Order: sequence, then structure tokens, then C-alpha cells
Amino acid sequence: MRLSLARREALWAFAFLLIPLVFFLFIRIWPAFQALWLSLYEWNADPAKRTYVGLEHYRQMLDDKLLRKALLNTLCYTLIGVPLQMVLGLAVALLLNVVERWRDFFRAVYFAPYITPAVAVAWVFSWMLSANFGIVNEILRLLGLPAQPFLQSPRQALLTVTVVVVWQNLGFQAVLFLAGLQNIPREYYEAARIDGADSWALFRHITLPLLNPVIVFSAVIGTIGFLQLFTQVVNLNFTDQGGPLSSTLTLALYIYQQAFGRFELGYAAAITVLLFMIILLITLVQLRLLSRRVEY
Amino acid sequence: MRSLVKKWVVGATVLLGLAFAQNVTITYWQYEFKSKVEAVDELIKRFQAANPGIKVVHQTFPYDAYQQKVASAVPAGQGPDVVNLYYGWLPTWVKAGYLQPLPDSLAKTVDSDFISMVQAAKVNGKLYGVPTAVRSLALFYNKDLFKAAGISAPPKTWGEFVEVGKKLTLKQGDRYTQIGYGIAPDGQDHHLVREVLLRQLGGRPYSDDVKKVTYNTPEGVKALTMYTDWVKQAGIGVPNFFPGNNGYRDGFIAGKIGMIIDGSFAIGTISSGAKFNWGVAELPTERPGARKANFGSFWLHGLTPQATGEKREAAIKFLQFLTSEETQRYWLEKVGELPARKSLIKDPKLSLNPIYGPFVLSLAYAKATPFVDETAQRKVMVDAINRVLLQNANPADSLKQAAAEEQKVLDDFWK
Amino acid sequence: MKRWPTILAYTVLAVGGLLMVFPFLWMLLTSLKPFQEIFDLKLIPQNVTLDNYRQVILETQFPRWFFNSLVVAVITTLSVLFFDALAGYTLAKLRFPGKGLIFVLILSTLMVPTEMLIIPWYVMSVKNGWVNTYWGLLFPGLMSAFGVFLLRQFFQTLPNDLLDAGRIDGLNEFGVFWRVAFPLVRPALAALGIFTFLGNWNAFLWPLVIVQTADMRTLPVGVALFSGEAGTAWNLIMAASSLAVLPVLLAFLFFQRQIIEGVVLTGVKG
Repeated sequence: MRLSLARREALWAFAFLLIPLVFFLFIRIWPAFQALWLSLYEWNADPAKRTYVGLEHYRQMLDDKLLRKALLNTLCYTLIGVPLQMVLGLAVALLLNVVERWRDFFRAVYFAPYITPAVAVAWVFSWMLSANFGIVNEILRLLGLPAQPFLQSPRQALLTVTVVVVWQNLGFQAVLFLAGLQNIPREYYEAARIDGADSWALFRHITLPLLNPVIVFSAVIGTIGFLQLFTQVVNLNFTDQGGPLSSTLTLALYIYQQAFGRFELGYAAAITVLLFMIILLITLVQLRLLSRRVEY
Repeated sequence: MRSLVKKWVVGATVLLGLAFAQNVTITYWQYEFKSKVEAVDELIKRFQAANPGIKVVHQTFPYDAYQQKVASAVPAGQGPDVVNLYYGWLPTWVKAGYLQPLPDSLAKTVDSDFISMVQAAKVNGKLYGVPTAVRSLALFYNKDLFKAAGISAPPKTWGEFVEVGKKLTLKQGDRYTQIGYGIAPDGQDHHLVREVLLRQLGGRPYSDDVKKVTYNTPEGVKALTMYTDWVKQAGIGVPNFFPGNNGYRDGFIAGKIGMIIDGSFAIGTISSGAKFNWGVAELPTERPGARKANFGSFWLHGLTPQATGEKREAAIKFLQFLTSEETQRYWLEKVGELPARKSLIKDPKLSLNPIYGPFVLSLAYAKATPFVDETAQRKVMVDAINRVLLQNANPADSLKQAAAEEQKVLDDFWK
Repeated sequence: MKRWPTILAYTVLAVGGLLMVFPFLWMLLTSLKPFQEIFDLKLIPQNVTLDNYRQVILETQFPRWFFNSLVVAVITTLSVLFFDALAGYTLAKLRFPGKGLIFVLILSTLMVPTEMLIIPWYVMSVKNGWVNTYWGLLFPGLMSAFGVFLLRQFFQTLPNDLLDAGRIDGLNEFGVFWRVAFPLVRPALAALGIFTFLGNWNAFLWPLVIVQTADMRTLPVGVALFSGEAGTAWNLIMAASSLAVLPVLLAFLFFQRQIIEGVVLTGVKG
């Protein structure tokens, strides 16, 4: 009897998963394997002329200075961008949770950048941040501060791009955290307050643990987003070259350059495999570390 | 009897071929550029009228995404039969199998009737594309700004150029409100350093067989120093004065830049945008009467592996049509790009034209950089300039690094 | 609630809000300037003009691009919400062999960079005649591993008793999912819905590759044409960007009531 119940449940499960599985297998996984296979070949438009080169592309990565630069930049973006947008997003969510009136208005205001096409955001910022005609430098001058080169400086460009991306993602993070916050039953706080807990203790022992699913989601998605950063980098600098002296070049952009600018699809495929490994590794570590904390 | 059968067979085959030829459709791809799109639409109309049975489908894509579009379509067995591409991309495209060699008949025409620069359309001795238009560089200057600053004529030497530039540069505190020269390392200026300044100073960018980088010399250092000093010493311009792709041109059109060095392809955009008097002059030289140099380039039309059988025949007919004298004349009138045919270049109506003239005259001594990997080689030179401008690197060190990087690009291609 | 922390909260939100709004304000004001004026540093246009909008709407296929983006974004969002919820629910609440493997399989697809899937997708589209069609534009986005992951997290927090109660009431497994579990994760669905809608609304790379003709372009691909070899038409870019943003912003303002209701409902019931 128990066995047949379990079997029934499994049948339902497979029925539910049938269409999603077909999709993921044929649209996501199979093409990924094709890419893996591609990385072992020297590319040619004619499939008959593709020559097998084995692990040559992977060896080639070892002495590719630009790839190293792209890798380093990508890690910088992620390490700065993800914590920054999560902390700011949570802060905005907590503030939105406090205010009663105008909440809809404020939420819409903070969310607006997120729904704007990234291309448009990048163009608007590249102009606002222009060293000479930019309104930001004009404001700095009004405040008596020195004008900054921002995107034109190899030193400031990466940070500038990160801030623009965070500006755009902030609202989504906030909405996500707010949904999580509102999902926490009020009684928990009331009970704790009766026990004499202060605001920090409430935040530390109720809010953070109960927000855990949202935090995990936000961290994982944020990381993957930053590791695949592409559109903003291209459009903030108006070229696919990755800023002055490759200072804003990312892995995704480098892949794009190799594949579509130089027709080195085999090498590009090998780098995507590298990027995939990095994302996989970081995500697994994150899931392990962050999910453990849920056992409070 | 047997010969009769043979005749029948041949006749039937010919008829059959004609029947098929009735319905050949070829696809032509180029990037989105308003005047070019309109010109090609018109040319296709003319071509189809002259060749009933051939239909040409014309598709265009955003400039920035054009290569990527080709890269994804051709391997999937889709996309164009005839494709428009920049000459610098040719070796990369050929190496990756995106183009097929053209028949000898076209190669012969190119050898005999076209200016020699167009030879850069050959890889390993085989011709892969025919040009519609060639381009050279010249100095665009704002006559109104010149007049206001009391300057009567465009500069003839780089010394004059810097003096004029200083007079035209205006600052408000640390902010430039107007600049003398629209400096743009990733615009046309990387060509300027490599092909113009270096050669004018007696250097050569590459060995004859294009296998060695030869600009890491005192002449090379002098060329890079001279160029970067326009910003660092003379302060006649600042990179990215205007934001955006080709901001130097936008700034010129907006009347805030006194001079820019740009290609003949910019004539159309500047004519329609600029609301002031402007002129074009040949590039300055080091001293009066000193050696002239210029960078020439062109876009060409190639055949992809899609074009086989009768599609190939039709595509070749279309290529022949595109490079005919009639088409090139139309192209010049409609798009404003210089023709590649010797006969048209020699036309005095063109060389005396105040706007086209300087470009046409420059073609006589212009050289097309023999790129093997335009994207990578462009980056090398732009980086060399930026290291000096943005990181205060020593020009000699920066150039040395550039030469080593570019040598690696060449070695990778030829290995 | 104490008075002064609330005032502080309003102040901080307002200052931050100004930083959020300023680029839009600037974009909107710039879009009203004639081309000659856009490089002035003045924020307020001297000569207000709607000519940029006229050019964008009448001289380009902007309305059509807008419609295409809408079609793609709406269909993919509906599909993602349904199928991702189904998969997320199954992976969270049902027991069956190979569950861990299937979850990892789906999750791993999240990490494959889109750049590399494009060529295989394109080859597939050519073989099946999907090039330059709506189906071609939207098939890669019909399901998302993001969503499966997010919804699985949310379904896991649902008490099993609730589902069992549904079963005792005679619902079959699909009924339990659709009638009981699905409505309970509404806040997550709202978040995922917005996320998916925007992801597809803003997608650039794939639409660029799969579209051949001007009338099938999506908004980002169409707008990208305003910057090219001929220069950058800043005035048109600003007008087109404003047009692309405003309707979506209005839609969000409208729907955010529903989103909040979903959140509150779950808060009471959960």
C-alpha cells in the first residue's frame, strides 16, 4: 500500500516534470554540450573543415594575458557589486517596510531603473558621467570638488560600471527583500518585543534568518548576473573593447569578442566552459555556506 | 545520330538551366547606414531589371552587431550569399571559412581597372572581395571658428596644426568648452599614428611580407610622442570631449571642435549635420613639401559558402554589377564615397572638387594597412596611445610593448 | 511607531529616490531638446520640442518594435510562471527517484553563459524554420532555471499539512498544486513575473541574432540602431528610451497593488 502510494507520487512528479525536462534538455543542456564539443575544434564555417585540436584551446588560455585581465575584472565586479547591491537593497527594503504612506510611490521610484532597458541606462550614464560635458562633473564643480574622468580612466572605469549596475539592480533587490520582509509574521516580532529584545536583536535573530531564502536567491542570482556582465560594459563605453586599456573587460565580453569579432568560436567555447566552471563552483560554495545558516 | 542525342541533351540541360535561372534568389547583407541602404535598394532595382530571373533580397543590421550576425548565420547554413565587409576583417573571415575565392575573371578586372590599394582584398594570392568604394583621411575644419580666431587657411604642417589648435581651444576653469583638435585614439587616430605620422617621419609599420612589426624605431617613438604631445604638451584637445561612439565627429558637427581628421565616409554625415561653413584639406606634413602619407581603406563585397551552383552564378553577376563604372559613379553621387576605379579617380571633376578633392588626391599616396586581424591590431595601437595619455607611460616603452603584442598577433596568424 | 525614525526613513528614502529619479528626469528633459541644444549643460530645455518623439514614432518602426517586445515578454512570462512553478513544486514537495539529479541538472543550466548557446540555438532555428518568427524570438525564454530555483525555495517553506489537507479534500496532485500551493507562493510569482518580463523585455543578444527584418526587431535591437558608424543620435536615443520606460513604469505602478495584496494574503494565511 505504501509502495503504491510512493509510485503514484513519482508518476505525478514525472508527469509534472515532463515538459520542463524536455525544454531544459533540448534548449539548455544539449546546446551546452555542443559548445563543449566545439571547444575541442578549430572553428570553420564549414563543419567538414573543422579540425580536432584536443585541449589546445585550454592550453592557449594559460598564456592569454587579456583573458587573465578579463577574469580578474569579472571577479572584481562580482566581489564589489553583489555585496553592495544586497546591502543597499536590504536597506531600502527595511526603510520601505517602515514607511506607511507613499510606499507605492517610493517602491516605484526605486524600481524604475530596473525596468529600463540596460542599453538606455548605459547611454544615459555614459553621457551624464562624461568628463567634459557630464552633468555629474558639473555638480562636482558646483560643490567645489575636482572633476573626475570616471569611464575614461583605467583606474575608475570598473568601479563606475559597477555603481551603474548596482544603481539599476537596487530596486529589484529591494522589492525582493520587501516581499520577504512582509512574509515574516508580525507575531514573531511582537513576541520577541515582549521578551525585551531591541531592534538590532529583532533584526539579527528574526529578520535575517527568516529572510534566508530571499538572501540565498539574491546572492546566487546577483553573482551569476555579475559574472555574466555584458550589456552595460559594452554600452557604457560604446565599443566592444572593454573600456580604456581593457579596464572594464569582462569574461562574457571577451567571449563575445573572440566568437563574433574574431570568429574564434572554438576558443570562445573553451572560455565559456571556463566561465561555466567558475559560476558552478561559486554557486555551489554559496549554496552550501548560505543554506547552512538556515538551521538556526 | 549520336551527336543529335547529344545536342538534345545539351539543349535540354540549357533549357532546364534557364528554367531554374528564372527563380534564383540571392541574399545581400550589409550594415545599417541610411544612404548606403537606399543606394543598394536602388541598385538592386536596376540589377533586377537588367537580369530578369534573379531576385536579390537585401537585409541590414546594426553596425555594432554586424560581424556577430554573420558569425552566427553562415555556419548555420543561413544568411547572405553576397556579404559586405571591411577589408581589415578579410583574413580572419577567410581563415574561418566565411568567404570563398572569386573567379579569375573578377580578379583580372580588379588588377587592371582598380587602384592598387585594393590588392589588400587578396589573401594568399587569391581575391576574396571586390570594392565599391575606397576611403582616405583628410582634415575637416570649421571655417567659421577659423575666421573668428583670425586664421585664414588650414594648416599645412603639424607645427602650424598645433598653433591653430591652441588658438581654437577654449577653457572654462578645468573644463574645455571648445577644442582645437577632436582627438580620438579609437576613431581614426590609431591609423594616423601608424600609417601617416610614422611614414611621414621616415618609418615603416611592417616588413614587406607583413610578417614583422617594424615600428619600434626612433621614428616610431617620435610619431607616438608627437601625437600624444598634442594632448599632453599643447593641450589642443582631449579624448572623449564629446561622449559616445564617434564623439569627435558629433563635437565637430555641433561646432565645438575646430578640426578633426576623418575618413571620406564622414562627408555625408557632416554635410547634413553641420550648420556652419566647413572645409576639407589634405593632411598636414612634417615640413612644407615633406613626404606625404595617408591611410586608405575600403569596404568590399564577398561571396559566402552559401553561394553555390546557380546562386553563385547570380551572385557573381551581382558583384560584377556592383563594381561596374556606372554603379561606382552612382555610389559616389548617392553615398559620397570615392570610387575604386582608376578611370573615375582620374576624373578632374572629382580631384578639383573642394570636398572630394583632398581625399582623391590623397589616394595617390594612401596605403591600406595589411591587417591580419584588424580587431586585435587596432587594440594594440589604441592601447599604446592610451598608456601614454591615461597612464603617463613613456612613449618609447609603450611602443615597445605594442610592437611585441602586435608581433604576437602576426605570428599567431602566420603559424 | 515612534515619530522620528519614521521621519528619518522618509528623508533617506527621498534623498535616495532623488538619485534614482535624476537620470530619468535628465533623460526626459534631454529628449525634449532640439539636437543643437543637447550639449548645453543646462538641465531645462530652452526650446522645448516634441520633434524627437515625432521622428522616433513616425520615421522609425518604433511602435512595431514596442509591440514585438510586448508579445515576447508577455508570452515568456506566462510560460515561465506556470512551468517553473510546476517544476519548483515537484522538486520541493513530491518524492520520486532521481530528484536530486534533476534539480542539479536544471540548476546547472543557470550557469551556462548565453553567448555559447546562441550558435546551437540558431542552427536549431534554421533547421526548424524558426528564424525571424515570434516563436524563434521567444523559445529560449519559455522556462528559466532561475524561476525553478526561486519557487522551489518558496514551496519548501509551505507546511506539508496544508497540502495533505487538500489531498484529504479529494484533490488530485495537480489540484493540490494548482488550487493549494500555487496561490500560496504569489509573492514569489510576482517577483519572478517582473523579473522574467524584464529579462525578456531587455534581451539584446538573441533577438539580434534571430531577427532578419526590420519589422520583427524588438525594442532594444531597434534602439541600438540610433548609434552607429554615422554617429550617435542622442536626441532620438533619449526620446526612444523615454518611450520605452514610461509605459512599463505605469504598468508596474498599476500592478504593484496586486503584488502587495499577494504578499499580505500570504502573510495572513502562512
